[in-house]
Amino acid sequence: MWSFSELTEWIDATLRSLMGDGWALFVEFVLIGVAVLVAYAVLALILIWVERKVCGFFQCRLGPNRVGKWGIFQSVADMIKILLKELIRINRSDKVLFRMASFFVIIGSICTFAAIPFAKGLQAIDFNVGVFYVLAVSSLGVVGILLAGWSSNSKYSMIGAMRSGAQLISYEISSGLSLMAIVVLSGSMQLSEIVAQQADTWFIFKGHIPAFIAFVIYLIAGHAETNRGPFDMPEAESELTSGYHTEYSGIQFGFFYLAEYLNMFIIAAVATTMFLGGWQPLHIAGWDGFNAVMDYIPSFVWFFGKTFFCVFLALWVRWTFPRLRIDQLLNLEWKVLMPICLVNLILMAIVVIL
Amino acid sequence: MGELANAIIFYCLAAAIVGMSILAVTSRRMLRAATYLLIVLICTAGLYLLLNYHFLAVVQLSVYAGGILILFIFAILLTSSHGDRAYSHDKGRVIAGIITALAGIAITTWITMKHHFLYGENPALMGDRQIDMKEIGQVLIGTGKYEYLLSFEALSILLLTCAIGAILIARKR
Repeated sequence: MWSFSELTEWIDATLRSLMGDGWALFVEFVLIGVAVLVAYAVLALILIWVERKVCGFFQCRLGPNRVGKWGIFQSVADMIKILLKELIRINRSDKVLFRMASFFVIIGSICTFAAIPFAKGLQAIDFNVGVFYVLAVSSLGVVGILLAGWSSNSKYSMIGAMRSGAQLISYEISSGLSLMAIVVLSGSMQLSEIVAQQADTWFIFKGHIPAFIAFVIYLIAGHAETNRGPFDMPEAESELTSGYHTEYSGIQFGFFYLAEYLNMFIIAAVATTMFLGGWQPLHIAGWDGFNAVMDYIPSFVWFFGKTFFCVFLALWVRWTFPRLRIDQLLNLEWKVLMPICLVNLILMAIVVIL
Repeated sequence: MGELANAIIFYCLAAAIVGMSILAVTSRRMLRAATYLLIVLICTAGLYLLLNYHFLAVVQLSVYAGGILILFIFAILLTSSHGDRAYSHDKGRVIAGIITALAGIAITTWITMKHHFLYGENPALMGDRQIDMKEIGQVLIGTGKYEYLLSFEALSILLLTCAIGAILIARKR
């Protein structure tokens, strides 16, 4: 299977032959930063289009169909529109925090995004505490949401931010604990190591029942963390207009919007990496011919295929179930998911020992 | 990484930390002060990353940015109203504060100057060794020499007591 590390090593060697080591490093930093940001923006455009199309089909209509064939350039047109919009100044809001909040949200999201192994040899950040890093950095978003709600000096935003804060903090517990089940199984927190261990069997098959329970709980908790679907209390439009980003306009609103879609992608990508084998192809022990054929499919196709499958699950849930009440939402986490997670962790430990 | 790159990153982080700490202390609005404090803590995590101590950097982020600061912000949101500003201090307190700060600076500078740093004398070494997660885990829950099972357990009991105490105070009769 072709590895992206050949390409990156070639770029590294060329740059080092052209200039000094220090400058080569500097240019590489800039290149990686630009690449991550471009990938982030492009994926957001694709995801917004996919969401609108899928939502359209669930509601028996066509979705966007005017700009380009099947409306594929709809989100590009929307991007240009949102970039040209005016940034409205809110009367008696805390200006500094109001501007800063949207950056906190999007920086937390980008930092998480950079740690995902997209294909063989294509990973920007690979710490030996990878899983922990993903959980820690994504919690920056909560601060941004709370600040956004408070600083815009509006009751809708405030209530939305408080709900969102409570929801995110609660659901982080069960998403963290369900990832811990896989850490127990693999014995490592490094994302590249976790992917490498799934070369012959994906963890969702290798881990028997506990891995499957953890996968389902992670999808539910992750879905709740993105403030979407049946868990979108913070921005319930019928009661709060649109929650913590009510007062935002133009690209500042765009940041929240991008972060929401990319968080959905990140949850799906982490689920893929931890449970569905990341970029590893599907291998079945004993079927050598089948395995060889699967190896010919490039690694990034595997990764994006699985991730978009998880994204589709999220969209399906979002457009199918009615919204929960805020007390039902918190009860679900503290009284159902978290106890299941703790028992599941013990079960996983037993499976590993046996 | 080159010596120069290390130095540049270090001085950027240090400047951000100093600037933001001064802002955090001088700001009149509580929530702004909390946000500046958050940036200071994130920059400190950056310093740990510079030393290649990923574990501590991530702990710093998740404990402070993900835990303590959110608790602060929640407390501020629940207790203060929108237009609240801190009162300016009277002269005596300002002078006392300045003297304490100067004394603190003097003591820390003296200690830093006296101490022989492994990396300071030899900057190219900086960040050459990654500490493995496995090593940290085994040292944390080991019973041998220089291993910390007892203090780990004592701390967890302390936290449990705090949680029970909080529930006792908050519960409705």
